[in-house]
Amino acid sequence: MTALEIHDVSHAYRKPALRGVTFSIEPGDFVLLLGLNGAGKTTLFSLITRLFDAPTGRIEIVGRSAAELGSRALEPLGVVFQQPTLDLDLTVKQNLRYFAALRGLARKDADERMMRALNALDMAERVNERVRDLNGGHRRRVEIARGILHSPKLLLLDEPTIGLDVPTRSAIVRHIHELARADNIGVLWATHLFDEVEPDDDLLVLNKGRIVARGTAKDVVAETGAGDLGGAFRLLIGGDTEEDITA
Amino acid sequence: MKPMHYLRAFYGIVWREFLRFLQQRERFFAALVRPLVWLIIFAAGFRAALGISIIPPYQTYITYDVYITPGLVAMIQLFNGMQTSLSMVYDREMGSMRVLLTTPLPRWFLLVSRLFAGVTVSLFQVYTFLLVAYFFGVELPPWGYLAALPALILTGMMFGALGMLVSSTIKQLENFAGIMNFVIFPMFFASSALYPLWKMREGSLWLYYICIYNPFTYGVELIRFAFYLEVNWQALAVVLGCLLVFVGLSVWAYDPSVGIQQRKAAAAAAAA
Repeated sequence: MTALEIHDVSHAYRKPALRGVTFSIEPGDFVLLLGLNGAGKTTLFSLITRLFDAPTGRIEIVGRSAAELGSRALEPLGVVFQQPTLDLDLTVKQNLRYFAALRGLARKDADERMMRALNALDMAERVNERVRDLNGGHRRRVEIARGILHSPKLLLLDEPTIGLDVPTRSAIVRHIHELARADNIGVLWATHLFDEVEPDDDLLVLNKGRIVARGTAKDVVAETGAGDLGGAFRLLIGGDTEEDITA
Repeated sequence: MKPMHYLRAFYGIVWREFLRFLQQRERFFAALVRPLVWLIIFAAGFRAALGISIIPPYQTYITYDVYITPGLVAMIQLFNGMQTSLSMVYDREMGSMRVLLTTPLPRWFLLVSRLFAGVTVSLFQVYTFLLVAYFFGVELPPWGYLAALPALILTGMMFGALGMLVSSTIKQLENFAGIMNFVIFPMFFASSALYPLWKMREGSLWLYYICIYNPFTYGVELIRFAFYLEVNWQALAVVLGCLLVFVGLSVWAYDPSVGIQQRKAAAAAAAA
């Protein structure tokens, strides 16, 4: 079953933020959602996670329609938000146990999953440390561990590496790639950082609320006739220059 | 959704609030100091000046510090309700509210669980205050301490729900202090917490009418009667009614399709 189905989703604030967005993600797919700040990435994530509702269009998570099932549609979903969401005064373990309880996991099961996820992210030794005492990269790893704790079928990551150094970013990107493959999780990774994109990565380019390109990064580059992804991106968004896009 | 999922989530929310409470010991002491200052300093002064005649539920003349105790208990709960509100605004600004709201459980359940978690914390504060008050001579009927528990849960929920509703309207953490002043102090002073309503009517008729339309008055009276093993049915009805209204409005405010949160998110995104 398709991990995520977005069909003709539009949303407007004072002006349109998303216009007829349609795409799908299959289990095991790793899809990068590339767009400038304000392109609509966070709006799209807010609609998928039901932080607010889509007035038009259809969103299905593993065949579950958010419009029909409400919050129950979020069961197979894992999310890593752009904004840090860990409780700084609690330990890593307490944060993860809290999340596990919200997902209905029994304590023993939760602890096993927690150690598995933290081990995979080289964070098992920090389990009893307060989040406040961790650096930004480690906090991000804990957020990712939390996002996969309940074995989601779809994982959304909204600019999860923002503010991190290049080696940490690369390690996290690599880990999520492996995770998608090994556990057959559909992944949608929103970013505006080109160095997170590999030539074979599946790419969605969002500009002013519209999907303007879909395909592997190398195909997108080839179709636009640009020399690299940065050039292709500038062509796709109509020549706008934007200092937020980082090579 | 399995009932066990609800139970675990409820436990998780209460447990987290309790852990946070343990991390914030200053909050516990601050919550105690405020009513104790009222009891030990303010009430001691008034004790000489103000006698309370026999009014239900009291069956004899009582001292002012005994009279004021239920009001101070309600004040602890009101402050705690607003603290919950502050904590929700903080959670929203820090992002951890998103974790809660993207849980696959009904939003009303998540908000009521959060509410109950706040009340659990307030009960620790209330009973600690009553223990200290006991050593300062405020003795209540022994069974009254237990009989008041359901009343304390209800009033705590009502004030917490009011706080939650307030939190849905606050855009930034910095605005909270102003809102506190607009909500807490008028509610406390314009109620039966400090003076019996009949005395209030003698002093000022318009203030009396404000008091009888103030839900805080009914919270205080529900607790006062419960301490003396009685039920004030009118107070119970008002507290239950207000609780339902405040919870209903809070759930509406946090609803992703219609609520205030939706409009705030929209405004923030539009400004970005």
